[in-house]
Amino acid sequence: MSQPSPSPSSPAGPPSGSSADGTPAENAPAEKRSRRRREAPPSTGLDGIGGLGAAAPDTFLSVRDLRVHFPTDDGVVKSVDGISFDLARGKTLGIVGESGSGKSVTSMSIMGLHKPGTVTMTGSIRLGSEELIGAGSETVRELRGKRMAMIFQDPLSAMHPFYTVGHQIVEAYKMHNDVSTSVAKKHAVEMLDRVGIPQASSRVDDYPHQFSGGMRQRAMIAMALSCDPDLLIADEPTTALDVTVQAQILDLIRDLQSEFNSAVIIITHDLGVVAELSDDIMVMYAGRAVEYATAADVFERPEHPYTWGLLSSMPRLDRARTDRLRPIPGSPPSLINVPSGCPFHPRCAYADRTGGLSQSQRPPLDEKAPGHYAACHLTPEQRTEIWENDIRPTL
Amino acid sequence: MVVGQTWSHHHRVRPNPLLTYMIRRLISAVVLLFVVSAVTFAIFFLLPRVAGATADDLASRYVGKTAGQEQIHAAAVRLGFTDPIWVQYGRFAKGIVVGSEYNTGVSIEQCPAPCLGYSFITQNPVLPDLLDRLPVTLSLAAGAAVLWLFGGVATGVVSALKRGSPIDRTAMGIALAGVSLPIFFTGLLALSIFSYGLGWTAQGGSYTPFQENPLMWAYDLLLPWITLSFLYAAAYARLTRAGMLETMNEDYIRTARAKGLRERDVVVRHGLRAALTPILTIFGLDLGLLLGGAILTESTFSLNGVGKYAVDAVANNDLPKVLGVTLLGATFIVVANLVVDLLYAVVDPRVRVS
Amino acid sequence: MKNTRLMAVAAAAVLALGLSACGGSASTGTGGSGSTGGSGGSSAAPAADAAIGKIYNPSTTKGGTLRFGMAGDWDSVDPGDTYYGLSWNFLRNYARTLVVFKAAPGAEGAKLVPDLATSLGKPSDGNKTWTYTLRDGIKFEDGTPITSKDIKYAVARQLDKDTFPNGPTYFNDFLADIPAGYSVYKDKNLDDLKSIETPDDKTIIFKLKTGFSGFDYFAQLPATAPVPVAKDTGTKYKEKVVSSGPYKFVSYSQGKNMELDRNPNYDPKTDPESGRLALPDKLTVELGLNAADVDNRLQSGGLDVDIAGTGVQAESQGKILADPTLKAKTDNAQAARTWFSVLNSDVAPLDNVDCRKAVVLAYDKTGYQRAYGGNTGGAIATSLMPPNVPGHADFDLYNFKAKPQGDPEAAKAELAKCGQPNGFETNVSYRAERPKEKATAESLQQSLAKVGIKLNIKAYPTADYTKLYAGKPDYAKANKLGVIIYGWGADWPDGFGFLSQIVDSRVIRPSGNTNLGIKVPAVDAGIDQAMAETDATKRDTIWGNVDKSVMEAAAVIPGVWAKGLLFRPDTITNVFVNDGFTMYDYAAMGVKQ
Repeated sequence: MSQPSPSPSSPAGPPSGSSADGTPAENAPAEKRSRRRREAPPSTGLDGIGGLGAAAPDTFLSVRDLRVHFPTDDGVVKSVDGISFDLARGKTLGIVGESGSGKSVTSMSIMGLHKPGTVTMTGSIRLGSEELIGAGSETVRELRGKRMAMIFQDPLSAMHPFYTVGHQIVEAYKMHNDVSTSVAKKHAVEMLDRVGIPQASSRVDDYPHQFSGGMRQRAMIAMALSCDPDLLIADEPTTALDVTVQAQILDLIRDLQSEFNSAVIIITHDLGVVAELSDDIMVMYAGRAVEYATAADVFERPEHPYTWGLLSSMPRLDRARTDRLRPIPGSPPSLINVPSGCPFHPRCAYADRTGGLSQSQRPPLDEKAPGHYAACHLTPEQRTEIWENDIRPTL
Repeated sequence: MVVGQTWSHHHRVRPNPLLTYMIRRLISAVVLLFVVSAVTFAIFFLLPRVAGATADDLASRYVGKTAGQEQIHAAAVRLGFTDPIWVQYGRFAKGIVVGSEYNTGVSIEQCPAPCLGYSFITQNPVLPDLLDRLPVTLSLAAGAAVLWLFGGVATGVVSALKRGSPIDRTAMGIALAGVSLPIFFTGLLALSIFSYGLGWTAQGGSYTPFQENPLMWAYDLLLPWITLSFLYAAAYARLTRAGMLETMNEDYIRTARAKGLRERDVVVRHGLRAALTPILTIFGLDLGLLLGGAILTESTFSLNGVGKYAVDAVANNDLPKVLGVTLLGATFIVVANLVVDLLYAVVDPRVRVS
Repeated sequence: MKNTRLMAVAAAAVLALGLSACGGSASTGTGGSGSTGGSGGSSAAPAADAAIGKIYNPSTTKGGTLRFGMAGDWDSVDPGDTYYGLSWNFLRNYARTLVVFKAAPGAEGAKLVPDLATSLGKPSDGNKTWTYTLRDGIKFEDGTPITSKDIKYAVARQLDKDTFPNGPTYFNDFLADIPAGYSVYKDKNLDDLKSIETPDDKTIIFKLKTGFSGFDYFAQLPATAPVPVAKDTGTKYKEKVVSSGPYKFVSYSQGKNMELDRNPNYDPKTDPESGRLALPDKLTVELGLNAADVDNRLQSGGLDVDIAGTGVQAESQGKILADPTLKAKTDNAQAARTWFSVLNSDVAPLDNVDCRKAVVLAYDKTGYQRAYGGNTGGAIATSLMPPNVPGHADFDLYNFKAKPQGDPEAAKAELAKCGQPNGFETNVSYRAERPKEKATAESLQQSLAKVGIKLNIKAYPTADYTKLYAGKPDYAKANKLGVIIYGWGADWPDGFGFLSQIVDSRVIRPSGNTNLGIKVPAVDAGIDQAMAETDATKRDTIWGNVDKSVMEAAAVIPGVWAKGLLFRPDTITNVFVNDGFTMYDYAAMGVKQ
């Protein structure tokens, strides 16, 4: 098996002693949350990053060279093909990409939700001190819901229609806590109250279909957080909701993160969703990371043409109405026959400027700037020029 | 339980939707039964007339084989076949509600309400005969239903979870056989192997009332149960499998797993719970249908249940019996339908509100 | 209870093994009651037809339960309301009549012997008056003495055919001066029925409209079994028939089952001639069984007798005949029944005797036999009356034996004679629920087509066959039912019992006929002659001539003299076919102990 291109990842939290703000997240989470995310300095300089090196000491979730392949009759679907990243408590990682880029598969792999026998997973996923890949399914199951939890895109279909909202929270809580039903129910009411459901003590006995969309997502969040997990994965948490509710839910996630001090992964196809929420952003394409940096870097100095495309297609409130969204031309590649060279080259407007490299060689995920990784054959000058002249003015 | 709690809080002021729903369904069930009785009556008493049979032709079935024309006509008058059809139906409907009297030519026989008719061949009101035979059919249906529900559903679940595996393929192959093979074939085969060959099970025609000896009751009915449930279990296995394949792909199953529930709980409490709901509907109707007489099974195993009664009635051209058994069967189906609808409202909270 | 039965079967099996192991050594004193009289032959190896004309496994050992089973249901168990041969056979166990067919093998069984009466009937007044004297000591099950009034009442009550539609109507047809609409339930005063006199408790006198030499056959009808007026509940009487025979009702559930046990007030001394043995302590009948299952249970020992007595099912027959050990347990008994087809003289051109002869000559006799199961189903009939009915004469007017596949040349000659040289077209009817009749219709259609006679097949429901279709002359004529497939069993083994209802043109009614269109003056004359003849032998000869007249007029396609393959389980003793009922004798059979 060939050595994969190194998939460096930005450290989620600063290594001890090298943190720019010097404040460990665990110590003053609330204070930290009160600052604007963009101001967070890039977390860089980890020796281990760039290869399969060691994670930073305060890293809570550490993923190394994760590969998730699905054998099918038509060939092996390489949904995730070598990604690595670290995430500390209290930090938020945004994973961004179009559908089929492997972002949801990544989250499902962390949760251990792939159907056994249908998938080959290699690499490493460390949650705290536990290695999840190769761990017994029962071990992973016990971690699910307790140490890592997940909320899903469509809260209506994600909640069981035949059980009350309260029952579904109670079920999760009782699974991991040896308490009576009445205690669990009391806890459920508290959780619903905490996520902002009015009259929680009576709504606890309602069925999901009796809730509005936003309420249901709040309830899902309450359910996910009921066991105080260390890691929360939110898979497109706002996609099914209307705009005003979206903002409320994102605010809620942020507030709860600061309160519970969890590590959060937000998976989305919409950079706008993660803009204000994430510490770091990983942009995925065709099962790999193409850009990985702090949120500020991704928005201020994006290095990859695909990220440019995502930025251009992002609706912005401050953008002039006359400007149209410019979606990225073409469609995501097949994960069975990934294009040669840079997988993005068939859709890339600048692929012809690399002297054929894009078509023939796969670009490694290199550190283009401190703590800022990208996988692109364009020279730094070309990228700066294109970004500053062609892209940025249109945003 | 769940239902009660739901309305114990903020819904208190609204009219209870479940109650309204139940009343509505109850009324329509009564109307339906009335229609069924009219249609059944028409099939047995109006249709032959339309097809050209005279009142005397109808009456000729109830007199001896050597009766003369006058005797036949006298019987037709006595049995009321000469009256206009609506008068006949009126009499029949009145019998159901308040009971009626039948002139057998010798004596006036009472047929207390609900009178489903009076057989002039056996000289008995139909309903007591039917009720006398109902325990057999009930025992047969109930035992088989338990077997097929558990057997079929369990097989279906395993098949769905092991989709494509040899277990799945074997189970579905057997299920296909079960659905395709008629009872009188599987039943006679089972009898000749297990009863007459190996001597493990009771021979045909065995029945011991439950209250007499529950063990013998089960022993006698074991083979009919297995044979009958084989047919249904096969269908239920296929249904369950299809339902499980669908529900196990639902988002809420992923949610349940994400909560860290044990796989068994995910499958049973979340997957099966949802997949069972449509099966419950079919189960109710199947059971209702069966209570109206498991004709083939009862005939094959010589069990004197409602189905056997129906077969004998048809063979003897005993119309009042056929009519009565049809009505009883229809009643069971309507009631089963009603129960299923009401259960559905309890099981699936979404039904109540809409 | 089921356990004990299983145990009993197991015990019987073990015993049977033991017996065969011992090589049938005699003195195995089973129980106390048994006399060793007949048991010497009891371990004889079974052989096919071993119970025809002789007793198989003779025994006088009493005890045990004899288990009967029946597919379908009874018409009625009320002696006044039943027309099933099986009933007449079986009810001898709980009802005694004035005279009765003797329970004996061979021709003896077709002989009438006095039962409640001290002798056969004494005729006077040109056979118009018949007198019977009752035995002493005869009692009902409650100990009440049986008097001639109880018998008069029994005959009188069943004259009301509205109440008792199932039984035969011989008394209605023959008794003199029955008031119109007479019913004991309307008119309690028996004196109004003048044609039956009871001058004292021991004497009963019947007065007929016309002289009838065979009245003893009427006197054996179950209708003469005494009924105590106080216990008569009309249509409900069948639920608890008051016994005059060796067994009484313990329980009877219509369509389900029946149980009889010994009647303590039955005194065998009052019953010296009937041949009843009353060996079992108990009789049970299971009703409404699956027909195929009945055969299985007979073979597995789960049942002793198929009470229907018509033989095993077609499906079982092949299996049984192929297996020598099973075949050895069968009796291919001649029934007093013929499967035949009427050539309806109401439908042209079959009103012409030559056209009818053409049909009789042309049809494939072996095809007809095949439709009823080949040789086991019965022999090719050369006339209407089966060979076991006294008076049957062997004749073969149309060379059936020489030309079993039909004789097209001779048929064509007859067609030319009747003016239809190219054949003609008519319809053939059969009972839709009977596959054998369907096969018959198809066979006739094929073979007659060879001489240009085209048959169109019509099926009608069995239940209404005689009431609305083939047995309703208007309908049959209008619908051109020229060939009517049918079958007939004797009410008793006698020319009158077999022939009178199917060939006498004077019994034809507007509907419900069993004579489906036979109108031959010579036949009618022969019947009158036979009914007046007191000498039984001469009478039988006359009936043979009537049968011949039917064939001379080519009024029927004779078809098949039916046989049934009766299965004889090892569990029963003293088994023989009774020629009176043409099935195993149910009053003499015992259970292996």
